[in-house]
This record gives sequence, C-alpha cells and structure tokens, in this order.
Amino acid sequence: MRRTVFPHKLLPWLLLAPQLAITLIFFYWPAAQAFRQSVLREDAFGLKTTFVGLANFRKVLGDPAYLNALQVTVIFSALVAFFAMGIALFLAVQAEKVIRGKGFYRTLMIWPYAVAPAIAGMLWLFMFNPSFGTLAWPLRQMGISWNPLLNSNHAMTLVVAASVWKQISYNFLFFVAGLQAIPRSLLEAAAIDGATRRHSFWTIVFPLLAPTTFFLLVVNTVYALFDTFGIIHAVTSGGPGKSTETLVYKVYNDGFVNLIMGDSAAQSVILMLIVIALTAFQFRFIERRVHYG
Amino acid sequence: MKTQALWIAGLVAMPFAAQAQTEISWWHAMSGANGEVVNKIATDFNASQSEYVVKPVFKGTYPETLNAGIAAFRAGQAPDIIQVFDVGTGVMMAAQGAVKPVAEVLEEGGFKFDKSQYLAGIVGYYSTPEGDMLSFPYNSSSPVMYYNKDIFTKAGLDAENPPKTWADVWTAARKIKESGAATCGYTSTWLTWIHTETFAAWNDTPWATNENGLAGQPELEIDSPLYVKHFQELADLAKEGVFVYGGRTSEAKQNFTSGECGILTESSGGLGDIVKAGINYGIGQLPYDETAPGAPQNTTPGGASLWVMGGKSDETYKGVAAFFNYLSQTPVQQHLHEQSGYLPVTMAAYEATKASGFYQTNPAREVPILQMSGKPPTANSKGVRAANLPQLRDIQNEEYEKMLAGQQDAATALKNAAERGNAAIKEAYGN
Repeated sequence: MRRTVFPHKLLPWLLLAPQLAITLIFFYWPAAQAFRQSVLREDAFGLKTTFVGLANFRKVLGDPAYLNALQVTVIFSALVAFFAMGIALFLAVQAEKVIRGKGFYRTLMIWPYAVAPAIAGMLWLFMFNPSFGTLAWPLRQMGISWNPLLNSNHAMTLVVAASVWKQISYNFLFFVAGLQAIPRSLLEAAAIDGATRRHSFWTIVFPLLAPTTFFLLVVNTVYALFDTFGIIHAVTSGGPGKSTETLVYKVYNDGFVNLIMGDSAAQSVILMLIVIALTAFQFRFIERRVHYG
Repeated sequence: MKTQALWIAGLVAMPFAAQAQTEISWWHAMSGANGEVVNKIATDFNASQSEYVVKPVFKGTYPETLNAGIAAFRAGQAPDIIQVFDVGTGVMMAAQGAVKPVAEVLEEGGFKFDKSQYLAGIVGYYSTPEGDMLSFPYNSSSPVMYYNKDIFTKAGLDAENPPKTWADVWTAARKIKESGAATCGYTSTWLTWIHTETFAAWNDTPWATNENGLAGQPELEIDSPLYVKHFQELADLAKEGVFVYGGRTSEAKQNFTSGECGILTESSGGLGDIVKAGINYGIGQLPYDETAPGAPQNTTPGGASLWVMGGKSDETYKGVAAFFNYLSQTPVQQHLHEQSGYLPVTMAAYEATKASGFYQTNPAREVPILQMSGKPPTANSKGVRAANLPQLRDIQNEEYEKMLAGQQDAATALKNAAERGNAAIKEAYGN
C-alpha cells in the first residue's frame, strides 16, 4: 500500500488549530486549574494562599459527608441509568409495532429531550409539591403521606423520576435506530421456527442491540453523574438532610456556596479520576461482551 | 439625510461627553419591582449631578452576585460597589484588603459620617466592634408574623388580636387544625434566620460566643436549653401535622398564600407576594418565648448592604461617597421604604414617613421597624456573624430536616448542628 504524503507542514496544523484551541482553553486549562487549586488552601477572595500538598484530598476522603455523597451518587446513577434505558427500550419496541403515524409518535417521544434540566426539575417539583402539586394530591388520597421535603426516599424518587424522564427521549432515539438495523429476515426465520415474540426479543433483538445498549450505558452514566446537577439543584438542593447530594452537587455546594475552594477542587479532581476509570473500565471489560454484528 | 448626519455627530461626540464623568459600577441582586427601584435611584442620582455616573448591573440572586463579585475580584475586575446579602457579611468582613470601609469612603469624600443619624439596629450589624460602619445598609428587612384573618375567624380565634408568644402561636395553630379551618396551623420560611439567628436576638439569648461572632471567632451555642425547648415544640407540632415544613429558604410562603396554613413567619420584605395573593391577611410582631427573661428584645436586620471594593482610584471613591450621601437623603430613603417594603436606614427618613401618615394607612409596615429599634441592642441582639455563615446554615438545615422527619429529637439535632458547625468554623478561621 502506498502511503499518502501531504506536502504541507503548516496547513494541517492550521486546520486543526480551532479545535485544538477549544480543547485547550475549555478542557485542559480548567482541568489544570482544578489540579492547582486542589493542592492549595485559599480564602474566597484569594488574598491568602498556602500550599497544603495533599491535605485537601485527605480531608475530603476522610469526611463522612463525602462518603455519603459517593453512596448517594452510586444509588442515583444506577437507578437513573437502569430506568432511563429500560423504559426507553420498552417504548422503542412498542413504537416499532405502531403502523400508522409512526413518525408522529416518535416526534412526541423525542420532545422532552429539548427541555433544559432546570426546567424539567421545576416541572416535576410543581407536579409533586406536597401542598399544591397536581400529582401529589392523588398520592395523598391513596394514603401515601407524600413529602419529598422531609422524606429522603420520596426526594430520591422525585429526582430520579425527573432525570429519567428527561433522558428517555435520547435513549429512545438510539434504540429506535438500533432496532431498525436488525435484519427482518432473522426475526422472520425465528417466527417460522416457532419462537414466541418474547423469546425472539431476548435471544435475537436484545443481543443485537448490544452495541447501542453499551454506548447508552456509557452516556447515561456520565449523564447521571454530571448533567443532572440542574435537576437536583432545582428540586431538592441536595436535601432533605444530605440525602440527594451527589458528588457533583457537593463540588458546587462546597465551592460556590460555602466558598471552600481547595476542598471543592480536590473533589473535582477525584471526580475526574472516577469518570476516567469508569469509562476505561466500561470499554475494557464490558465492550468485550458487545457483539458488533 | 440631515437627521442621519446629526445622529452620527451625536454618536461621535457622546464618548467625549461621557469621558468627563467618572463611571461607578454597582452590581446588585434586585429583580422585579425592587430592581426598578435600583434603576430609578441610579437614574435620579445621575441626573442630580454631572460628575459621576452610577451604572447598576443586575447579577442574579444574592449568592450569584456574591460569587460574581468574588470571581471578578480574583480576576482583577471587581466592580466599585457590590450588594452583598446579610449572610455574606462575614465573608466580606474577613476579606480585609479586598474592601474599603464605608465610613472611611464617606469621610475621605468630604462627608461627615454621623452614626447617630442611622437606625441603631441596622448600623450596628454592619459595623466593626469599634463602631466603624463597614458597608452601607441598602435594603434591610426583619421577620414578622403574617396570619390569615379568614382562617382565624373560622377557627374561632380573634382575628384582630394575633398571638404574641410562641406558646400562644402553638395553641392557635392547633386550634386552626383541630377546628378544620385549615389543614395546617403554622408554617415558617428560613428556620435558620428566623428560628435560630433572630430567635437569639429577640429572646436575648446567645447564638454564639464573642457577641455572636461580631467581636471575633464565634463558637456556636445553639444547643442551649431555650433552643432545645423551642425546636422540640416545633418537632412535636410537625409530628401532629400542625406545623408544615416548606423548605430551607422562602418556599413556605406558598403554603400560606395558597390558604393551606393559617399562620406564617416570614421576612417583612415578603409582603408583596402576600398582597398579590389577595388573601385577607394581618401582620403581627414576631412571636417570642415568654420564658426568656427580657424577651422581646429586638430583632436584627436581614436583607443586604452595599460594599465598596478596595484598590480603586480616589476619583471613584469620591463618586461612591457622593452616591452614598445621596442614598441617605431623606426623600430617597422614604421612596425606597415606601416602594420596596424595605426599612429606612436613617432616623430622619423614618420620622418623615411617619409624619406623612404612611403608617396610618399601612400600620403593618411599621412593625419591623418597631421590632428592630424598640430597645437598644444587647450583646446577644446585634446580629450574628461568621466567615462561613452560609455553610453553618446548610448544616443547621440538614439537622433540622432530620429532626422534622422524626429521625432525631431536638436536643440531638441542635447538638449535632452546633458540633458540626463549630468544626466548620475552626476550619474556616484556620485553627
């Protein structure tokens, strides 16, 4: 094979420059700043700065509140990823069966994705507000003393529901595309062999969807870790107590409300490491099991 | 064509005209009607003289404005004046070198700063222990009690004679719930500000050592018996469903405006929404604990004040001084008080409002002033201060929520809040 040789040395760099600049300015520079801040202890105004080495990390990792946030994050992310993907898959399979107005149904399903997280949070907050929420009232009538302001489980249910609702559309879109890529002939052959719908779903459709599912697993985990900040901020602000305070919310709260920059930066660095490790793990181990067809 | 030429000439000439004036930037957190008041004050000041131009810039909520100011300072782009809410006062005071005391600015600008002209309760809160005013009290408010007169009548309570002590409030609230006049008897916004910090001042009991932190690093004393008694009563009422928790800040106002609750304690600045809701409301003074000797003492100001940032030119400081001098003039203060519902800062403005007959038609508007300046403040009632007050409030809210959810009793909640708070204070003060 002949190697293509481009005569220009400068042009490729020039063409890459905008993308490189964006990556450097918006990704590497803030990340470097976080690293720098994480080894310093500073007052809010930056008037007195002392180098403290890894003391911020030791403090953060020894803080029961941080371990609590870690636990909350694991539970929250698992619930969000599971329900957002499960419901989306169910809806996508059902939408496949629709014959008339398929496009219309799909468009309706995709809408919630266009809603900003903070607004999605407010919507759910209003619907389930214990004193005037439209949907809180029937819950009360059913004998559930619904109170997300004080009951941790109710609060967690509410933020998970809002986060799931917002992510379903995105997952739905990918599952629909994934389903369309599955050859009809396989399903027809299975039907001729007498496989039930349920059976052919679990043995043919689901395995063939694996690349999509895997991709969505990565995306949904990252979504639950980071993009749900707006929802949590609007719905519970981490409460009641600290029961819905995720790692990202704690970074914000310690840095921008409590003005403890060093702790906040140390937490960002830990979070960065967690995400790198998680993504690497998913690609290294789960991807092996993915059948790309 | 001719008008076009004039336009261009005007545009060209404008920067030169503006250059002769010193620009003063003012970052604030006032939206809605209160934001209009800010703009009107700035416009009027700019029209009243030709040397300085005050430019107000809306920066979002109180915490957002403070954060924007801090970030701007770190980047060397701080505004000249910044509005900081009461909770941020400790943060600003700890930032020596980043701010310039207002008393100093006024005196260097050639104005005499006479402390006695200002309402004692307000000026005390924004001063050093030595009495130097550090920031200019722009908008001050105080918690009061609102009650729904229709619900009171329905429950067989005297709608013209609201309860005065907490014990009376609990009785009234239980009666409201039991009689079925409303599903909830009592609710409150800001358990931290109203039931902890103001509770301390109003009942003349310490919130923390060192004059509640005004004289130095505080150590919280919010687990003392009076607080335990008060919060246990609240927790019991919550269990009975008589007290309904609305949230950490002012969310509970909705429980009152929706007619769900009969009684509400909330900032005097929250009046606008209650008027808008169109309910038949009454205002009483903030209840006090009848077992506390000396209660009711006086309440402390909430709201926000204007801070002058350090490292600006002399010309800028002269402009700021002129602007603050303008702000303290009686007609300006009177306008601010009547339009926004915040308290007047000077005695003269209060007297002028009184003389104008404003309180005859709006008697409720005088309640917070009387509460705040009824008695000269004691060591317990000048307000509270900590460099990390937002964090302390967070901790308290978390413990109170666990208490109201029935996971712990008041004594445990307050003990935890004090212990965790004191650890955080040590961390924040670096020892």
